[in-house]
Amino acid sequence: MVLPVAFFGVFFAYPVAAIVSRGLNVDGAWQFGRLWDVLGQSDIRHVLWFTTWQALASTALTLLLALPAAYVFARFAFPGKQVLRAVVTVPFVLPTVVVGTAFLALVGRGGLLDELWGVRLDTTVWAILLAHVFFNYAVVVRTVGGLWAQLDPRQEEAARMLGASPLRAWRQVTLPALAPAVAAATLMVFLFTFTSFGVVQILGGPTFSTLEVEIYRQTSEIFDLSTAAVLTLVQFVAVAAILAVHAWTVRRRETALRLVDASVTARRPRGAGQWALLAGVLVTVVVLLLLPLAVLVQRSLDAPDFAYYRALTSDDGNVFLVPPIEAIGNSLEYAVAATVIAVVIGGLAAAALTRRDAGRFVRGFDALLMLPLGVSAVTVGFGFLIALDEPPLDLRATWILVPLAQALVGVPFVVRTMLPVLRAVDVRLREAAAVLGASPWRVWREVDLPMVRRALLVAAGFAFAVSLGEFGATVFIARPDNPTLPVAVARLLGRAGELNYGQAMALSTILMLVCAVALLVLERLRTDRTGEF
Amino acid sequence: MLLELERATVRFGGRAVLDGVDLAVAEHEVVCVLGPSGSGKSTLLRAVAGLQPLDAGRVVLDGRDQAGVPAHRRELGLMFQDHQLFPQRDVGGNVAFGLRMHGTPKRQQEERVRELLDLVGLPGAARRAVAALSGGEQQRVALARALAPRPRLLMLDEPLGQLDRSLRERLVVELRELFGRLGTTVLAVTHDQGEAFALADRVVVMRDGRIAQSGSPLEVWQRPADAFVARFLGFDNVVEASVVEEAADTPWGKVPVPAGSPQGTRTLLVRPAGVRLVGVDEGLRCTVAARTFKGTHVAVHLQPEDAPRLEAACALRRAPEVGETVGVAFDPSEIIVLH
Repeated sequence: MVLPVAFFGVFFAYPVAAIVSRGLNVDGAWQFGRLWDVLGQSDIRHVLWFTTWQALASTALTLLLALPAAYVFARFAFPGKQVLRAVVTVPFVLPTVVVGTAFLALVGRGGLLDELWGVRLDTTVWAILLAHVFFNYAVVVRTVGGLWAQLDPRQEEAARMLGASPLRAWRQVTLPALAPAVAAATLMVFLFTFTSFGVVQILGGPTFSTLEVEIYRQTSEIFDLSTAAVLTLVQFVAVAAILAVHAWTVRRRETALRLVDASVTARRPRGAGQWALLAGVLVTVVVLLLLPLAVLVQRSLDAPDFAYYRALTSDDGNVFLVPPIEAIGNSLEYAVAATVIAVVIGGLAAAALTRRDAGRFVRGFDALLMLPLGVSAVTVGFGFLIALDEPPLDLRATWILVPLAQALVGVPFVVRTMLPVLRAVDVRLREAAAVLGASPWRVWREVDLPMVRRALLVAAGFAFAVSLGEFGATVFIARPDNPTLPVAVARLLGRAGELNYGQAMALSTILMLVCAVALLVLERLRTDRTGEF
Repeated sequence: MLLELERATVRFGGRAVLDGVDLAVAEHEVVCVLGPSGSGKSTLLRAVAGLQPLDAGRVVLDGRDQAGVPAHRRELGLMFQDHQLFPQRDVGGNVAFGLRMHGTPKRQQEERVRELLDLVGLPGAARRAVAALSGGEQQRVALARALAPRPRLLMLDEPLGQLDRSLRERLVVELRELFGRLGTTVLAVTHDQGEAFALADRVVVMRDGRIAQSGSPLEVWQRPADAFVARFLGFDNVVEASVVEEAADTPWGKVPVPAGSPQGTRTLLVRPAGVRLVGVDEGLRCTVAARTFKGTHVAVHLQPEDAPRLEAACALRRAPEVGETVGVAFDPSEIIVLH
């Protein structure tokens, strides 16, 4: 417990506090008046308004498109279901930069729709909304569908026998059981879209800006730290509120539902209506999830002899000091280091949270661990630069800075994946081992570890994918001669010229493949008890 | 004494689940704690095992106070209600677990596992997966696992609770024989009186965290200590009565009691066998409300005009039909005035 708390104190709370105080504390006096000044500016209010409504719209659209899919995955058995489930999840672990690039290739200038029908969406909000749906589709399908598949269909049958119509039985029995999962998924999607950075940065152009993008603009382009600090605080409060509600719904979801093995509740679709629903979901998945990725790959190959890929290896006329291909190596090294940190910290935190004598403080830590998911990654990255550059913590020049920042985002995933599994280990199994003479440490090694080994691997995989794609913080602290993949993609996109654009597509494709492979490996390891992501 | 509990008390949020329990178990004794669910009997085991800290009182093993001794250093065996076999280990791995924890050499482990699997009637099952075992086999493996490290005291929590009836009756006999042969000291808890009476040298009846009665199975069965114990053992003909010499005044009228019964306002227990059916005019008039077949006899539920129901045990052939009116007389040898 001490180690995770220290980790979050030093590498999360301290940098964030440092940057907020840098912005609001002038000559030792707190300038809280700045709060109202900043919030009074019309362009800032515009950003706040846009952040909120695009998050609401994205969430609504995601639910609309993904809930039918959750039902299809939960209740229908059809060939290729396993593969499809993995495919649907790929976008979630994709770096936001790749998602942005893929949609740019689909609906942007010179994109597929532009070529075919002259339609461009990259100047409209639709590109952002669709990209958000793309990204969060899996959150709803997995969270809601996962629970739905485990609900006992006989509960509905019992309601039918008592005289309820099919619709009524669903509304009275299934919906209430499902509601907490829907609420939790909704809040997660809202959180992710509310703090969206990479997608909006690439697709939003000059017109659309979320809080997170604005924080980035204020810190790195306008150098207005006090405005950035105010915005960070605003986002912090909003995220904390969302997480508080989320923690509450999660707790409600853990209330006793009678769950059954997911594999026994699915059957083949019956009747035209159900087949049409299945077909509709498949079409949505193809158009919304597969098409952007396919276009991305196609664009990256849109020059003879893999020219864009070959260009990645040369270092002349480049935006970097090194050939872009080196970003792959950098990214992998950083991601591995970040994964190790995240698994150790997250594993310890999850173990501490599972203890039955965990007090209120420890349980509160559960919610706090989620904060890095929502708190401005840009702030964390910039905070690292400001706070960790002087003794005793002068880490600015060391390579460990990037993995540390990436691990911050990985830890919540590790905790969320490990917690349900650790909680599912029967306490009396541990007691049985203790009575047979096993010391507490031995109990952990002999009872807990064998049961959570798979979950641990899944958690590591998620942490790896998330670290690989982390952009908001890394963009600040990655050194120019050691860019990571997402940073390299963003820089290439920021340059004019076809070769740069093509190279961005090629690098994104590579990044996508690495993430997809990591995920597919995980999918084979996954058990149905491995958490909510 | 091998195990002594002195004023052992455990409170869950103000409610005393164990309320000043005194209990002693001698070496080689088989003691069964009997009580309805929620009477604190499982908490008693957990307190002895060191899984549940005491709020007051002491647990003494071999004369040593166990306060501060963690569960894994108490050298006790505990068989859990639903066995709690380790799912990722095979049968042999489960049985050998305690031996490994105590650092027994590998060769001896294997030997002991074989010996125990023979003992519980599962020879050669060491490599089987625990998921593939039937309920009865799991129970045997759990027993072998608990016995393997040669615990000073073996504790059983509802040892046969989840098994079906015929298996349960067979296993009770096997367990009784086994414990007798090995000389194991056993502290078991159960809510099933049949199980307790069949298994134990001594039965301890618990109620609301306190000990209501302690004695040999025969003593407890013949002379329940109070109305609660009597009702818990399945006797329903329990009423308040005022006893004067060899007669008791009850809602059922004057009832004869054995000579030498305690006098005054008492609780009276009439065993079903002591309720005799006689001619309508020769005794208490009752209507037959229900009858249930009990294998060796028929339990007849009789409704007197304004008194509590009576249960009578009738021979199979002579049981009256539902709705018939009968007369009831009482046999003093089957009537007990409780203290």
